[in-house]
Amino acid sequence: ETQTKCGTISLFSHLHQYSRKAPLTQQLSIPSTVIHPSIVRLGLQYSQGIVVGSNARSVALLHAFKQVIRDYTTPPNEELARDLVNKLKPYISFLNQCRPLSASMGNAIKYIKKEISNIPSQFKEEEAKTKLQKCIDCYINENVVLAAKAISKYAIKKISDGDVILVYGCSSLVNHILCEAYDKSRKFRVIVVDSRPRLEGREALRRLVQRGISCTYVLISALSYILPEVSKVFLGAHALLANGYVMSRVGTSQIALVARTFNVPVLVCCETYKFCERVQTDSFVSNELDDPDDLMVTRKGKTQLENWHDVSSLGLLNLVYDVTPPDFVDLVITDLGMIPCTSVPVVLRVKNLEQ
Amino acid sequence: MPGADKETDLTERIEAFLADLKRGGSGTGPLRGSGEMARETTYLLRRITAQARWSSAGDLMEIIRNEGRRMTAAQPSETTVGNMVRRVLKIIREEYARSRGSSEETEQQESLHKLLTAGELSEENFRQHFVHLKANVIEAINELLTELDGTTDNIAMQALEHIHSNEVIMTVGRSRTVEAFLKDAARKRKFHVIVAECAPFCQGHEMATGLSKVGIETTVIADAAIFAVMSRVNKVIIGTQTVLANGGLRAVNGTHSVALAARHHSTPLIICAPMFKLSPQFPNEEDTFHKFVSPHEVLPFTAGSTLIENLFQCFILLRLFTKVSVTPEVINALSV
Repeated sequence: ETQTKCGTISLFSHLHQYSRKAPLTQQLSIPSTVIHPSIVRLGLQYSQGIVVGSNARSVALLHAFKQVIRDYTTPPNEELARDLVNKLKPYISFLNQCRPLSASMGNAIKYIKKEISNIPSQFKEEEAKTKLQKCIDCYINENVVLAAKAISKYAIKKISDGDVILVYGCSSLVNHILCEAYDKSRKFRVIVVDSRPRLEGREALRRLVQRGISCTYVLISALSYILPEVSKVFLGAHALLANGYVMSRVGTSQIALVARTFNVPVLVCCETYKFCERVQTDSFVSNELDDPDDLMVTRKGKTQLENWHDVSSLGLLNLVYDVTPPDFVDLVITDLGMIPCTSVPVVLRVKNLEQ
Repeated sequence: MPGADKETDLTERIEAFLADLKRGGSGTGPLRGSGEMARETTYLLRRITAQARWSSAGDLMEIIRNEGRRMTAAQPSETTVGNMVRRVLKIIREEYARSRGSSEETEQQESLHKLLTAGELSEENFRQHFVHLKANVIEAINELLTELDGTTDNIAMQALEHIHSNEVIMTVGRSRTVEAFLKDAARKRKFHVIVAECAPFCQGHEMATGLSKVGIETTVIADAAIFAVMSRVNKVIIGTQTVLANGGLRAVNGTHSVALAARHHSTPLIICAPMFKLSPQFPNEEDTFHKFVSPHEVLPFTAGSTLIENLFQCFILLRLFTKVSVTPEVINALSV
């Protein structure tokens, strides 16, 4: 109730208002005793921000599901295919309440449910469980590990010697690409752009500098100063929507906009398992709200917004994602190749046909 | 000798002002508003007029020009200092011309015909001595000071013409002029304000607390969310540090992104700037246009041991001011 007091936050009142202070289990409608412990642990890791990043969250989810399958026993008079799917439903709602599911997690869950339902009824329990675990391993290997290799291969073709590459925040895929390119002796330097309040760029900075890549670190407000030096912009994505919009960390659209103004090519790197059937044109209709208290800052011993809860006309907004229109993006590098943003529905159709 | 005392007192004050300028620019001293800076400069120039030794207008202009050069050299980013010096020089020229008896109108209209045919104006060397020149100049400077005091109120009075009810207005960082502007409009209208915080100094937080205290519905957002939120914004109203001769702005870091986002969404962009911020400079001096301060605010020296080991490979930039180019496409209204 306190978060919806401010008039402007009413723009986002359809989204779940966030507060990290309230103990997690208090807000949950599902008693956590029914939930598998590895799922509870995963939920806590999500909500506390210990596991962040689209790939990391999906892989952690799949590993937790593997554990669940390992510990699962079919009750008598039940079929594994149907019962296991029903068992997973409360786990998924629990995780959704800890932190809203990402598009990649959604796709992974769809895949698992399909695999479970397709288990032939004559399989014995052990056989079925081994098959499912193998499917999960295969999914992770194909869509995350091998996809990263394929994307690096394409992306490295786009990196030439003497390039100045701009990256935003911490994308595991983009970091992987840059490290691979560095290992293949490409000479380039990186500019890491970061933004409050998450300051994820520091993690990317740490990883790149450890490899030996020379980096510059700026905040997003210095973008128009630094862009004239930049030759390419590499961005990661959280999801690619069916109308060609790129959903990514908040601030990505700003970078794409200013890069377009300075005529700097913007390349988005995204695995195909993050492609999503949803359509969105602005950052309001579906977004995630993070803890507004993160926006507070203490400078010289004074915290300006300390008592913002008491002031009824003051609100803090901490968005997590935003959508970038396809006209700002020049190229999307996926494991299927380099495609324009507008080809996403084609890829989705092809993937559906394959399945 | 009383004369010498006055002179040393004057030089002391000038030195103190220069030292203040140098210190204030590093970001560590108290961040002074441009209005205050303009007032301080004008006080100092008035004191120079009153206490320095000069016999003709030419001498006075020479003295003020020299002091002005030293002041702008002390802090090139404070353009209000230079602007006020130019205003005072113009005052001296006007008062001199008035004392000489030439009619004001012919002096003020510099038509092309006059430029071609006038020979005597170019030989003007301001060497004549007039008894009442000092008093006149000081009176004119006092008028200038009254004008300076009233600028914020004059701008705020126009607020109701620009803001209608139930609007969502975006602003960036902290500007005293914009704060007064919005507070004045809030007396009669109900609207929402979204403030971008402007990391790392986060002046936007102060602005938001100030606005919410008078009951304006305010939301603070991070800089990264400016484009995301812009689609719901009706107007962008910002302040600036300087308005350049080509109509561009020299404003706080991040203003360019806001301007581009506003242009993309076809949102009107309104600048509130008092007269003393108008500068005859053009945006082509790269070294004085960007002001850098210590990167400690962006990445503290103690941020993680692994970072410190490799820090020599890293260049961290923190820029205080930016410049916004291409006026007509970006700025819609200038409220002075």
